[in-house]
Amino acid sequence: MLAWTIYISFAGAAVLMLTPKASLRAARVIALMTAISGFAVTVAAWVRFTPGEILQVARVPWIPSLGIEYHLAADGISLTLLLLTGIVAIAGVLFSWNVERRTREFFALFLLLIGAVYGVFLSFDVFLFFVFYELAIIPKYFLIAIWGSTGKEYAAMKLALYSFVGSAMVLIGVIAAYVEAGAKTTDLATLARYPFPLHFEMWVFPLVFLGFAILAGMWPFHTWAPTGHAAAPTAASMLLAGVVMKLGAYGCLRVAMMLFPGGMEAWGFHVLGLDSWRGLFAVLALIGIVYGASVALVQKDFKFVIGYSSVSHMGFVLLGLMTLNQIGLDGTVLQMFSHGIIAGLLFAVVGRMVYDRTHTRMLNELGPMHLARVIPFAAAAFVLAGMASIGLPGFSGFVAEFEILIGAWRAYPTLAVLAGAGILVGIAFTWRALDKAFFGDAASSTQAAVTLAPITWAERAGTSVLMAATVAVGLYPRLLLDLILPAFNSPLFDGLRKGLWR
Amino acid sequence: MNAMSLTELLRLTLPEIVVSLVGLLTLTLDLVAVQQRTFATRWKVGALTACTGCAGAILLAVLRPEQASIYGGMLVVTPLTEMVQAALAGFTILAVLLSVDSDFTQNIGEYLAIMLFATAGMMVLVSTRNLLVIFASLELLSLSLYVLTAFNKRSRRSAEAALKYFLFGGMAAAIFLFGISLLYGLSGSIELTGVATALESQPLTPLWVVAMVMIVTGLGFKIAAAPFHLWAPDAYQGAPTPSAAMIASSSKLASFIVLAAVMALGLTASGSAWHGPQAAWVPLLEVVAALSMLAGNLAAIVQSSTRRLLAYSAIGHAGYMLLGVIASSELGLRALLYYVITYGLATLGAFGVLAALEKEGVDEIDGLAGLSQRAPWLSFCMLIFMLSLAGIPPLSGFFGKFFLFSSALRASGRLLWLVILAIGMSAVSLYYYLRVLKQIFVLDATAEEEDVRTPLLMRVTISVTALLVIALGCYPDLLLHWIDTALRAMPH
Repeated sequence: MLAWTIYISFAGAAVLMLTPKASLRAARVIALMTAISGFAVTVAAWVRFTPGEILQVARVPWIPSLGIEYHLAADGISLTLLLLTGIVAIAGVLFSWNVERRTREFFALFLLLIGAVYGVFLSFDVFLFFVFYELAIIPKYFLIAIWGSTGKEYAAMKLALYSFVGSAMVLIGVIAAYVEAGAKTTDLATLARYPFPLHFEMWVFPLVFLGFAILAGMWPFHTWAPTGHAAAPTAASMLLAGVVMKLGAYGCLRVAMMLFPGGMEAWGFHVLGLDSWRGLFAVLALIGIVYGASVALVQKDFKFVIGYSSVSHMGFVLLGLMTLNQIGLDGTVLQMFSHGIIAGLLFAVVGRMVYDRTHTRMLNELGPMHLARVIPFAAAAFVLAGMASIGLPGFSGFVAEFEILIGAWRAYPTLAVLAGAGILVGIAFTWRALDKAFFGDAASSTQAAVTLAPITWAERAGTSVLMAATVAVGLYPRLLLDLILPAFNSPLFDGLRKGLWR
Repeated sequence: MNAMSLTELLRLTLPEIVVSLVGLLTLTLDLVAVQQRTFATRWKVGALTACTGCAGAILLAVLRPEQASIYGGMLVVTPLTEMVQAALAGFTILAVLLSVDSDFTQNIGEYLAIMLFATAGMMVLVSTRNLLVIFASLELLSLSLYVLTAFNKRSRRSAEAALKYFLFGGMAAAIFLFGISLLYGLSGSIELTGVATALESQPLTPLWVVAMVMIVTGLGFKIAAAPFHLWAPDAYQGAPTPSAAMIASSSKLASFIVLAAVMALGLTASGSAWHGPQAAWVPLLEVVAALSMLAGNLAAIVQSSTRRLLAYSAIGHAGYMLLGVIASSELGLRALLYYVITYGLATLGAFGVLAALEKEGVDEIDGLAGLSQRAPWLSFCMLIFMLSLAGIPPLSGFFGKFFLFSSALRASGRLLWLVILAIGMSAVSLYYYLRVLKQIFVLDATAEEEDVRTPLLMRVTISVTALLVIALGCYPDLLLHWIDTALRAMPH
């Protein structure tokens, strides 16, 4: 049944292209209905899901002569991310209610991207996984290049090329693994059991991991993220930060780490104090956390602040992956969910509520506008989203980052301390942006308050959806943890557990 | 030669005979019957005759499961050659349909007839193992293509392109012939199996190497591989669009098949691929492949003309395809066939879209700006072709690349560096394909222009091609199954 998330999204995109050009309203409603149906299907599957099992969705031979199958399945990790995709998709449509230019194409590409993302999270065949993963690149490009703002063509091309270079690295690894395992199958579970030689895993693991990590915004390959996020239209920023970056992290976990766990073993020698790829990537993740937060602290452009904060928060995801212990990995998946929701909310406030009204993203120009008084709803939403983002208890970010820090403490105590410092910088930049944008200098406010269009129902609805999700998970994390925890105990992760798991 | 074998020969070459005769018929009909009619009628009559002939050839090729080799390999008919012949005739049908109603020439009968002669040349080319017949049919193909390139008599560019194509081609043919003569002198045979046997029993002297380099040069010219590619950009740009489409699709398929045949026989004779003098082919082709990927893809980045961009991308694709030849395994051949056929479809479709825009006089990439608003369907088809060429799933170009690269790697782990280079270069290629798509979809038209009008026939042809590209990508087994059946029926 879960397969329908993909089909509904693609069908929705096709139907949109067939609707008459003039009927904006019809296009919006179709897009919203499609997004809601996709989410409803996921929720229905979630309710009936038994934690710990792998839910088989579809399995038919696709290219039999090469052993490639159309194999869709879901475990707790996929299901968590499917829920995230559904929520962000609904919110994304709601926050794009004001798109007037080439509306049906916009929503068609949006749904195409959503369908591809659903496909990635559901694929249990590495070839199929890759097909959906690459399918997501093209809609991203057009969403940014056509509907974006400042520097959109540059940002869109940069994003497309970074993604494609990353996926080229993944493709090399996938082909090598397929051939190494006898070219009989591309099934994830079978390949995960296949004993690849250690020297093989040692070069394929970093290649594939880096390929995916580019899309997850790992420092120093993160530079597509701030420019891409800033130039993209609101819904695309929400999807990019909310879901697409998770595709990268999910690929790191599902393909790189699950298939080639041996690649994380020690090299047997030391370079600059590092003894394995795992250590190297953990350090890069940490640099991402601290660097992203520090750079966000000095940005003048509101969207860039959020863009760099995404780099910082995704650093937590990558650090969590490298902890290789139960609590760290749980936290990682939870952080993927949590950051997806929160980043979506932040971009919605900045892109839709503020930028679409004021047509500026410069913090120093926003200050004198008294946004807190003019659009109090946006200010309130940003305050709450900011609190969630810096990890206050009661929001989903708290549980996730806390778990990752504990996991990191067990694996790399020094890095955990530094990551904690990164959180402090995170508080600082959120505070600064909040203060400058919404509660600008009261003393120098000689100019009269500007009048801006009131907040629409769609914006309120979208905000509520995202806010409800982060608060629900924050107050009752077991909602998702019960899904995620047992998933790591499945035989799929045997290779990881038998190796370096602590 | 007795009477028996003559009827046998006629029977075996029936598809080629049909295509040649229909070529003459098209010419005659146009000159005698419809000369006084309007252009539209003449195109319709000519195209109908030509397509019927090609369709007949396809049926003849597919429906008779022959298995024969006569006159010591001068004519070899296997299910595989029949399949390739059918594909060649299919490409010709598409190219003919694209040419209908174009106004670059008044000599409609001649144009179509020469297209059919080129097809006949290609069909002979793929079903022979004799170096002299290879040369003769290659010349029939090449001479036809030179004429097809020059067919737009009103355009200086067309003439210039044809002259360049002809001069380079003549040179390459001379070198190829010299190579053949050396091989003959060294082995005493003009037959590929005989050459292979001799190669195996003799040490690799410098003379052998010279002969090999010459053969690779001659064939490398036909497949437009670097450094023998200099004619391609001019020919693609100057030639009338249907001619360019034909050069890019069917001529490529035929040349790759003959290259694979020359390579494969040289290798399988010894039973193992990686030792002995035969291995000398391999490094040579590796260098050519690497150069083509680099030169084609990097030069394509800076092109401002769509056709030149397609030409340079074709050079890059020739580099990828060479991987299938270098793999020199049955799997490599399968992957190569799949890749060349689907590539041919995609590039033919891209030229089809350009042909539809011909009346607008669009050649520069910038001229495509805002096309998606003026011709949404055409733009969508162009999107499909460009993304397939770039290797984006689920289009056929992606599966082709996956299949080609994985079979190259399976053939020998030594090829890993070429596979990595190829995948890296396809990442580069996305940039220039996206440049074209950016103009079409992202930018707005420079001036208020009206919608593009495309003749129905052309729209149908382009749509069918796009549909094939999608279908073969989503369900590659459609084509793979056919290739596999043909290969399995081959004698081992």
